[in-house]
Amino acid sequence: MRRRYIAVKIVGDHEFEEGDFYDAVWASILRLFGEYGASQAGLLLVDYDRVAKQAILRCSREALDLVKASTVAITAIRNAKATVHIVSVSGTLRALRKKVRNPKSTC
Amino acid sequence: MEFHADLHLRPDLNSLGHTKELVEKSAELGYDAAGVPLPANVTGGEIRSLRDLFTAVGMELVLRVDLAPKDSADMLRKLRNVRRRFEVIAVQCYSKNIARQAAKDRRVDLLSFPSADTRRRFFDHAEAQLAAAASASLEIDMAHLLSLQGAQRSRLLSAFSREALTARKLDVPVVLSSGANEPSLLRKPDEYAFLAYLFGLDLHRARQALSENPQAIIERNRRKLSLSYVAPGVYVIRRGKDCPGV
Repeated sequence: MRRRYIAVKIVGDHEFEEGDFYDAVWASILRLFGEYGASQAGLLLVDYDRVAKQAILRCSREALDLVKASTVAITAIRNAKATVHIVSVSGTLRALRKKVRNPKSTC
Repeated sequence: MEFHADLHLRPDLNSLGHTKELVEKSAELGYDAAGVPLPANVTGGEIRSLRDLFTAVGMELVLRVDLAPKDSADMLRKLRNVRRRFEVIAVQCYSKNIARQAAKDRRVDLLSFPSADTRRRFFDHAEAQLAAAASASLEIDMAHLLSLQGAQRSRLLSAFSREALTARKLDVPVVLSSGANEPSLLRKPDEYAFLAYLFGLDLHRARQALSENPQAIIERNRRKLSLSYVAPGVYVIRRGKDCPGV
């Protein structure tokens, strides 16, 4: 299965636990695409930095559009207002980390 | 670099802090221009102070007015009053009659359906035909999509899909706007394009709806409002001493 890695930035007044953020992404996918859609996403939280409010998600290439739409549709995490912005997308974790360090292109 | 415009940013104009916050966020997310709905009786001083706020963050202010007419006669009267003063004119179509009249009128730039109630969204085949002939664009406010949940959002997505498909079939330009009145409802231009996937607008068209389509409206109307404009297709290109042999 081909995969895509998505770097995201969480914007909100609170610091969120890793689980809260991951639950919010799953909940958004479930709301928008249902259980079947969520099952196709192949979603995994690869990395989470609570202080920097950054995370890296992994999904299947076929579900990239679904995951991007669901991620940016998040308006709250654990009942607190929050937005999630996509910083970069890449096919490998190494390339993604390089892109995030040198942010020329975005999504 | 691509030009990105959000033609419907809705700050509370009575609160300088709120307006500043929203404009700064918009600039941070990568917009080059934003349209702010202004009251029809806005003064030059108010526009200047708003423009200063935009200039400070490197953005262009687009003067927009939202008309919410009671009936067709009211719409025509309001259009006469505002056409030469605003860069973008949007008509909030609360009834089918107004939607039809607005789609026919070449002075209207954006057809806006403010209601999230799908029965009050009147962008059908006939409406699209009129809009295509008069160069009006369909505006889709993304704030509804972010603020609604459950069945209401499903119905709205279904209406958006129908409208986007009709617009594509009849070549009506679509404009994606934030419709945001708070920073948490603002997203980057590309993120709105990702959200447009939910109602079947492909990435290319969605990007056009955030870039080329609003830019075309702004440029067309700025040309019309310039002193060199005479009539559609007729502009003064030289005056006085610039005209050799006259």
